[in-house]
Amino acid sequence: MDFMDFVNAFWVGGLICVVGQLLLSLTNMTSARILVAFVTAGVILTALGLYQPLVEFAGAGATVPLTGFGYSLATGVIEAIGEKGFLGVFTGGITAGAAGITAAIVFGYLAAVIFNPKIKK
Amino acid sequence: MDINKSIKIKNYNEYVKQKMPKSKVFLDCIKAFFVGGAICTVGQGLRLLAQEVLLLDDKGTAAFVAMVLVFLGALFTGLGLYDVLGNFAGAGSIVPITGFANSIVSPAMEYKREGMVLGVGAKLFSIAGPVLVYGISASVLVGIVYFILHACGVATPL
Amino acid sequence: MSKKHRGAQSVAFEKPVYLIGRGCVGGVMEGKGPLARHFDILASDALWGEDSFEKAERKFFFEAAKKAIEKGKKSSRDIDFLVGGDLLNQIISASFSARDLDIPYLGLYGACSSMAESLAVGSMIVDGGFASHVLCATSSHFGAAERQFRFPLELGTPKPPTGQNTATAAGASLLSDANDLGDPGCPVIRRATIGNVVDFGVTDANNMGAAMAPAAAETILNHLEDFSLEPDYYDKIVTGDLGTFGSELLIDLAKQVSGTDLSKVHYDCGASLYAGLKKVYCGASGCGCSASVLNGYLLDEMQAGRIRRILFVATGALHSPTSAQQGESIPGIAHGVAIERGDV
Repeated sequence: MDFMDFVNAFWVGGLICVVGQLLLSLTNMTSARILVAFVTAGVILTALGLYQPLVEFAGAGATVPLTGFGYSLATGVIEAIGEKGFLGVFTGGITAGAAGITAAIVFGYLAAVIFNPKIKK
Repeated sequence: MDINKSIKIKNYNEYVKQKMPKSKVFLDCIKAFFVGGAICTVGQGLRLLAQEVLLLDDKGTAAFVAMVLVFLGALFTGLGLYDVLGNFAGAGSIVPITGFANSIVSPAMEYKREGMVLGVGAKLFSIAGPVLVYGISASVLVGIVYFILHACGVATPL
Repeated sequence: MSKKHRGAQSVAFEKPVYLIGRGCVGGVMEGKGPLARHFDILASDALWGEDSFEKAERKFFFEAAKKAIEKGKKSSRDIDFLVGGDLLNQIISASFSARDLDIPYLGLYGACSSMAESLAVGSMIVDGGFASHVLCATSSHFGAAERQFRFPLELGTPKPPTGQNTATAAGASLLSDANDLGDPGCPVIRRATIGNVVDFGVTDANNMGAAMAPAAAETILNHLEDFSLEPDYYDKIVTGDLGTFGSELLIDLAKQVSGTDLSKVHYDCGASLYAGLKKVYCGASGCGCSASVLNGYLLDEMQAGRIRRILFVATGALHSPTSAQQGESIPGIAHGVAIERGDV
């Protein structure tokens, strides 16, 4: 059972990256635009109820790509509305993404302070 | 001679596109598939670790996986390895959350000499900023729609 | 009616302008390429003892300039004017080097065409009798240019096959109104063609060769027409940094427009500087690319007598990061300077 989880994570995650690669190769989109597009797509697909089954099936294969970040923002908002009403519209997203966002800021800051950019030989 | 008038090519951009060295789309997709898949598999391993060993709940698991992967993305960017991977894997290493970390660290590192506030502090968000702006805005929009539908008693998918 | 202007866009110098000293400095990549032994100095690493890429680029500029002065057996006090530019915003490499060199300075910006532009302007100053010694220099640096025009170095985003790498290099030429060193084979500048800005609507900043090829074709063809020359009058018609793909387009455009075959004499600095190296896509680019290849390899060949006449056409893309972000197309330019051995 566990082994199949890994297989599914691998091929679903891989396929999501292939979608990104097609955008990169065929449309000249920059990586920044691809990241924005994937987060937004994740939010929308989750709202339409299409992403939840994928997360259940592929686990990290669906949550690790940036669409998964959109998924946690959207599920966070919807859950928070159930608990707090309209206030949840504003608190739910960031609360659900808090760990990732804070980690990105803190680790990002530390890495930037410690390391210097290098020109590859 | 004015080349604008002498040239017989009607659509120069079309002409350039035809002659351009092509990127190997199929090969690039294969590389993206394997590297992207591998990063997700590492994520799956972290999930297992969080659930079975650390005994975290669903939310805790998601947070743990995100934190560890972001840490690894930041570390490999700092060590100067992530852009080498990115050159090989393309979207395979851009799309996973480690790529998000890379997009945060790389401009911040690059602009360190412009100071800790307007250099590192501001540039940290040069790519991450738009991701948060559009991600959070979209989630708020979804929330509003959901709230209204819910208030009207309409069944929603989630 | 000007007595020195020729044809559509060219000038002929009355007296020979002697190129009496030259210097070129390269970085690590340049040191691995096939032209490595033609560099005066090769830096050990990209920072070259400085604490930023911008300061390192300034050092490249400064050292190349010093080398050219030294080889011309002059001191900086003998130099009347410095003419030069680079790729960085507000051409800081050239301006800050001019501060340190303490030579009266005219800064110019022609993107990667800056070397030919400064040689053309410098030659006009010398031929016009306004100065005896003019130093022309330009530089570029991969680390400094990449973040200004493209992405941070560590961002993991792949370069498309038409991409080019900015050369980490600088070149300088010392022009004089007299053959001070008495070498009969001393290179002289006889003619120049000033380029038109040509824009065919290319917007892809990773396809500079395609953006600049039409400008190069126009300048070369008009130069030949203005002086009624055939391409094989020159041993080499040199372009700056069209790269392998841009060079292909240039040959094709010249054939299409006027049936001129440039394939036998054409040489591209960008395609040659990194020839045979891995991950260089279409080759090198940047002001320092054509400047260092001219003042290194090409003039070494001329000194040795293996080539006698060249038309040096440096190509530039005149966009800025702002114009590119606003979706505007990339205008190209190419300036040509004819350099010949003094004894032919």
